[in-house]
Amino acid sequence: MTAIIEADHLTIRFGQVTAVNDVSLTVEKGEIFGFLGPNGSGKTTLIKALCGLLAPSEGTGRILGMDIRKDAAEIRRHVGYMSQKFGLYEDLTVAENIAFYAGVYGLDAKRAAERTHEVQKLTGIAPYMKRRAGQLSGGWKQRLALACSIIHSPEVVFLDEPTAGIDPVARRALWDLLFQLSGQGVTFFVTTHYMDEAERCGRVGYIYLSKLIAIGTVAELQRLPEANPAGTTRVEIETANAAAMLDRVRGMEGVREATIFGRSIHALAETDRLGELRAELPQARIEAIEPSLEDVFVTLTYQIMEAAR
Amino acid sequence: MKALFPTLFRGLVPVCRKEFLHIVRDPGTLVFALALPILQLFLFGFAVDTNIRQVATVVLDQSQTQESRRLLESFAGSDVFALRSYVTSPDAMYEAIRSGKARVGIRIPYDYARRLQDGTGATVLVLVDGSDSTVAAQAISTSTGVALQQSLLRVLPDGTMPVEVRPSVLYNPATRSANFFVPGLVAILLQVMTILLIALSLVRERERGTLEQLEMTPVAPLGLMVGKMIPYGVLAFGELCAILAVMRVVFLVPVHGNVLLLLALSLPFLLTVLGLGLMISTKAKTQAEAFQLSMGTILPSVFLSGYIFLIENMPLPFQWISHLIPATYYIRILRGIVLRGAGMADLWREAVILTVMGCAAILLAARMFVKSRQ
Repeated sequence: MTAIIEADHLTIRFGQVTAVNDVSLTVEKGEIFGFLGPNGSGKTTLIKALCGLLAPSEGTGRILGMDIRKDAAEIRRHVGYMSQKFGLYEDLTVAENIAFYAGVYGLDAKRAAERTHEVQKLTGIAPYMKRRAGQLSGGWKQRLALACSIIHSPEVVFLDEPTAGIDPVARRALWDLLFQLSGQGVTFFVTTHYMDEAERCGRVGYIYLSKLIAIGTVAELQRLPEANPAGTTRVEIETANAAAMLDRVRGMEGVREATIFGRSIHALAETDRLGELRAELPQARIEAIEPSLEDVFVTLTYQIMEAAR
Repeated sequence: MKALFPTLFRGLVPVCRKEFLHIVRDPGTLVFALALPILQLFLFGFAVDTNIRQVATVVLDQSQTQESRRLLESFAGSDVFALRSYVTSPDAMYEAIRSGKARVGIRIPYDYARRLQDGTGATVLVLVDGSDSTVAAQAISTSTGVALQQSLLRVLPDGTMPVEVRPSVLYNPATRSANFFVPGLVAILLQVMTILLIALSLVRERERGTLEQLEMTPVAPLGLMVGKMIPYGVLAFGELCAILAVMRVVFLVPVHGNVLLLLALSLPFLLTVLGLGLMISTKAKTQAEAFQLSMGTILPSVFLSGYIFLIENMPLPFQWISHLIPATYYIRILRGIVLRGAGMADLWREAVILTVMGCAAILLAARMFVKSRQ
């Protein structure tokens, strides 16, 4: 396996503010790496640093073996980037947008024509080539943005919240495209707020308050000791009118966290007090479960918030 | 060395092409941007007239003699004074000036004719409203001239003056103020339009998020800057030709020098203001902010460039500032070529300074752009 993206104790400060604090991670070739964290936790800053746009205050990073401090210009030729704003010129047509990015990435006429054909085939945008980008629906804008960001056949693509505000069908279509490209060896670094998207990723990192607090496959994260504190059991409580019962469950001694999942309650309870829980809710069906990815992140976040207090 | 140039300006051609497309796609903005300066040229060009003529004057003639009437005739004959009203009391004269009905009051006392005969020295009171300093200065100097002439005519029996000054004004013989002000106005209007258009273009990209995308591509800062400058430079050049045509045809300002030289020497000025616009766009977060900053460049360019006030008369610190203002040099070029028929030999200094300023502005803008994303 070859490491495509490497961050080694990366720290980025803006004056007094530390936006990224001592982050280390590696992403392998062809991997889809999911990067999660609340707004303002440092996701976009890390991406900008990895693309060589921001000089790190401490630490190093490499993209395709190139140093992000020294080879920034070269890195950008091999990296694709798509932001949630899409970066499209709405008054230009689809074809003009694609041609512009082909030009900006320095493709000659022959290569540009080839690649335009290829991204058309991949994204299915061919019928809309003469339409103004501003007249496309959200899903098509997103596909056009992807087409533009991969026009130069980059080995790595950074996607910064690519599916924010897009309907589920378009989201699914985008992920299908990503899997297709990753099958061809393209490496993806995707930030998202959606847990279901995170669960599609090969590996996931979670950043909170500028620090990377968890990284691994979804299964690894679910088994993290911090997410399953000793002496506790995560249970699903199936009961009539779960929403009404939530406050009661939260108020019980021995329940550390509780939240609604559909028509049931997921709770993190102290194992030796499970009996009390069962006694309190005689009608409910209570079963031990694996934590979901969201459970893991919420538990980790609470722990940090409590430690900070 | 061979690879340095393409690297420095990487992305110039696609950015330039795209920018032309933006301009073509938005004809509304284009027409507005081109028509507005011409409209303003009409407005200001017709409104600004600094030649003082026919100043409303009130007369209190207490002498009522042949002599007093002759004096008043020579006042009226100067074309500066328009003897509008005659009053019978000093109070009425003051009131006419205070109310603004008249700007000048002439009072000829009862004993005017007698003292003139006696040779004891007749006095005439000329009251001048000082609230407009240009009018006041003109009124004072003309009335002094009238008095002097009247006195000499009495002393010299045959009516010939020993010394007669015959001023002959070169280059603008009719001293039409349009000839003086319109060429300067060309510089101001061109500057405002150009700075605004290019500054808005880059800030728009920041607002819409396309700049964030562009930064992640291999486009070099200079490629982006110069790529944007070319289309807006072409636009501004077209506007310059239109403004000059209006100046010639509508305001009848004759161009004494070489028009092609004028157009050529306009390029360094355009370079400078385009660079200035780009510098503004690296500082402004929103289009509104860019608009305000662009408007902020107008006042110094109007007041410290020699457009209205003589630079030589300014306090020293302001003179230094005026040397930093691009419009100062361009106005010299414009007036030089249009009014005096100046050639390259007279204007090369201004051309060199503007070229240096322009290159510095672009490099500085590129530097500020790189810094702004840190």
